[in-house]
Amino acid sequence: MLATLIRLLGDFDLAEEAQQEAFAAALEQWPLHGVPANPRAWLIGTGRNKAIDRIRRDILFRTKIAGELGASEAGVEALDAADEEIFGDDRLRLIFTCCHPALNQEAQIALTLREVCGLSTQAVARAFLTGEETMAQRLVRAKKKIRDAGIPYETPEPGVLEHRIEGVLAVVYGVFTEGYAATVGTQLIDVELCEEAIRLGRLLDTLLPDHAGVMGLLALMLLHDARRASRTSDSGDVVLLENQDRAQWNRNEISEGLALVDRSLSIRGQLSAYAVQAAIAALHVRAEDSGATDWPQIVGLYEVLLRLQPTPVVELNHAVAVSMVDGPARALDLIDSLTARGRVTQYHLLHAARGRLLQKLGRMNEAREAYRSALSTTMLEPERRFLAARIASIQGICEAPPVSG
Amino acid sequence: MNYLLLIYANEAEITGLSETALQKVVAEYADFTKSIVQSGNFKAADRLKAVSSASTVRVRNGKIAITDGPFAETREQLGGYYLIEAKNLDEATAIAARIPGARFGSIEVRPVWLPMT
Repeated sequence: MLATLIRLLGDFDLAEEAQQEAFAAALEQWPLHGVPANPRAWLIGTGRNKAIDRIRRDILFRTKIAGELGASEAGVEALDAADEEIFGDDRLRLIFTCCHPALNQEAQIALTLREVCGLSTQAVARAFLTGEETMAQRLVRAKKKIRDAGIPYETPEPGVLEHRIEGVLAVVYGVFTEGYAATVGTQLIDVELCEEAIRLGRLLDTLLPDHAGVMGLLALMLLHDARRASRTSDSGDVVLLENQDRAQWNRNEISEGLALVDRSLSIRGQLSAYAVQAAIAALHVRAEDSGATDWPQIVGLYEVLLRLQPTPVVELNHAVAVSMVDGPARALDLIDSLTARGRVTQYHLLHAARGRLLQKLGRMNEAREAYRSALSTTMLEPERRFLAARIASIQGICEAPPVSG
Repeated sequence: MNYLLLIYANEAEITGLSETALQKVVAEYADFTKSIVQSGNFKAADRLKAVSSASTVRVRNGKIAITDGPFAETREQLGGYYLIEAKNLDEATAIAARIPGARFGSIEVRPVWLPMT
């Protein structure tokens, strides 16, 4: 409904106020007169009329807006025959507007969470551990850019849609990854963010069916979220994949995710990097226990992913998979070659991975140093505890008296 | 809405072009300008002389200071502009993308305030 009001009124803030006034009017009138035959059309018409009244009182807008709104009187009648498609189209328009490339990435994510997901400004601020005032300012600036630059409330033309969808998927992925593994704070997982991202993914899948990238991303999110319950202990400590209790995994999300991966990968000529990542996640969840994991297939999939997305993160994950097939020394070579190229010094997961590999090779002093680097580059409490414990256990090994005899 | 499309490019790279390459770019600009005149988006355009011909004026405390060169040294320099009318930012950026200079430089798309009537 908000999306439709935004389209009709051409302004986020105006639409939000109109929506609230419409709800208030409904709460007053429906108990007295009964619920109208088409409640949504009633709300939208009421919201729009209240906004028009407000606008007419505002001299600045009179000449510009009132003329345009007069022209769409017919719009309300059309809404009487409203079906899901009209509202769906407006929601899609809203998503594309919030994720417009002329807005910076942070603004896109903040605006999407606020306007599409309906999170309060406070909740969005909390999710990204910024102050509420800072987040409010970010939203104000984003909306100002939309107004000043004339960013349209439109779904892109077919020719550009494919390119613009990538931006939307990147926003949804950004929201999910922040929820899946926070970068700062005391909690590893932000459940609300994960759920919002998945909800967005489902909405996109409904509005843009059979899209390889959309299905791939939704599959990826579901297959990761399925393991949520087992990823932290009761005290909030990190539990590694190999130690997770697979009985706690969400079987519904898993089967939904597996079906989506298959459908995404079956669409010819549209290989999505998200789908490849999801296929890797699928191999993990399909294994009955960590020992049964098909690591060679995973390595193969990472090699496909590397061709699509040659980023340090993917290289690192590839190296970790390689260690499970070819041993820690080979994987260490790959990681050291990655660090030699100088793009990733502050990435704590890289140092942690090096630490584990060095530990497996018995190079304890170096392992401890690697864990220390990881500790100094992570701001997440559960991760810090995990790394501190690793360091302590190595200290224990190094300081234990040698076994005699 | 009106948009000013500011064409930035690295001058050294352009002066390094061969005579034929330069002619080709000039012809491409002529075609582009004609097309947006026909589509009704064109309002104005000019090619600017090189940045070496620029002078910068500042008035501080009533004193006029004129200095040689552009307002700041930048990696890409302003070489020309188009003033266009477009429905919204998407139409403006689509037009900007067709400017020949977009292939090797940067086109800044700046919305213009409507004149006070």
